[in-house]
Amino acid sequence: MNGAPPVAASGLLFNSAPLHALVLGLVVVSLCMGVAAWSIWYERKFAARMQNRPGPTEVGPWGLLQPIADGLKMLQKEDIVPAAVDRPLFELAPLLVVVASLGTLAVIPWGDGLVIADLHIGVLFALALSSLMLLPVWMAGWASNNKYALLGGMRAIAQGVSYEIPLLLAATVPIVLAGSFRLGDIVEAQAGLRWFALWPPGPGAVAFVLFFMASLAEANRIPFDIPEAESELVAGVTVEYTGMKFGMFYLAEYLHTLIASAIAATLFLGGWDMGPLGAGVHWMVLKTLVLFAVIFWIRWSWLRLRADQLMALSWRWLVPLGLVLVMASATWVVLA
Amino acid sequence: MNPYVPVAFAILIAIVFSLVFVGLSYYFGPRRPTKTKTAVYECGMPPVGTTRQRFSVKFYMVAVLFLLFDLEAVFLYPWATQYSTLLDSFPGTFVLGEMAVFLGVLFIGWFYCLKRGAFQWD
Repeated sequence: MNGAPPVAASGLLFNSAPLHALVLGLVVVSLCMGVAAWSIWYERKFAARMQNRPGPTEVGPWGLLQPIADGLKMLQKEDIVPAAVDRPLFELAPLLVVVASLGTLAVIPWGDGLVIADLHIGVLFALALSSLMLLPVWMAGWASNNKYALLGGMRAIAQGVSYEIPLLLAATVPIVLAGSFRLGDIVEAQAGLRWFALWPPGPGAVAFVLFFMASLAEANRIPFDIPEAESELVAGVTVEYTGMKFGMFYLAEYLHTLIASAIAATLFLGGWDMGPLGAGVHWMVLKTLVLFAVIFWIRWSWLRLRADQLMALSWRWLVPLGLVLVMASATWVVLA
Repeated sequence: MNPYVPVAFAILIAIVFSLVFVGLSYYFGPRRPTKTKTAVYECGMPPVGTTRQRFSVKFYMVAVLFLLFDLEAVFLYPWATQYSTLLDSFPGTFVLGEMAVFLGVLFIGWFYCLKRGAFQWD
């Protein structure tokens, strides 16, 4: 436990495993909160440049301090609780939405052994917690006692469960190929640039696209953002929330998107391993951020799907495609 | 150490972080509720009717479909994890064939739902 802890042979930061988990947890959670906050700045800047605008420029150099200004502003805002709301659920939802999205971080491996909790059922845990996000969203929608919020919550649930199926089916492909549920084993099975997004030439690539699309839908990002379609539902489930509670939903959305990118990078893009270029946390971070940036790119390039198109896309096309992919990857394992 | 202890740590850290943020806004934010401020927001119009109405049945349909297809993942995931181990002790055509039968039945179910219009949103 000296000043700069060297990563021991066991892969632990410290000699004691609980301390390793605690410190790593604090570092990962705070870093991800920071990245999520600054990604809002990045997205605004990115969108502005795509639309030939300067974007945020006033607060700090290139507007870099904008997230801090926004956060301080939200802290000072009045916390309005409308008279008609279901108070306990209304207060609990913004807390749970952040907890559910941050909880997923526990199983994401950032490097060899650099994982908060090395679970044997890592994939299952990550998928379960990230779909648990729907619960607080629905709680907020119901408890708000507002028609826009209720419609937003119902749409969020309908869309979330519809895209859960293709997500689960796409995630089966790396599990079949790696033969393990542990995220660390899945990364090791892709060692030497044999990424599942590239290697079995057919099913892997399609599964990656399917997984990415379904993750976008789970995170309610454009083109799948009907739960908060601002032109129809004002702000969806967050319509009655003010100040920091609204900020929590906003933060959770970005956190969820960031974590979905990290899971996709782990399952399909080889995680921390970069073949001949070595391995390390930086590769994992880079892959995650590239996927994260692609999500912004998609958001500012595409239009929103209509509710019926959204449902038809999932049930009519993505679900059978997922079933075919599972069979194709299993056949590939037998032949190889 | 139980591998779920770190999971509890991560969730605890997350709870503390979110409580601190919301707690700070309780501390710093003003609190001056008025009748109009605490009214239901409906774009500035007086609220019409009640929120607690009946939903369209299509949402229930999606929920039932989800349950049907989500159960399949319960069977699919153990098979996927044990797949390479099974291949060591059984011939590939058998292990693959079993899953082909399972997914085939599921596919017929999907086709039935499609033909009966269960995926018809409007």
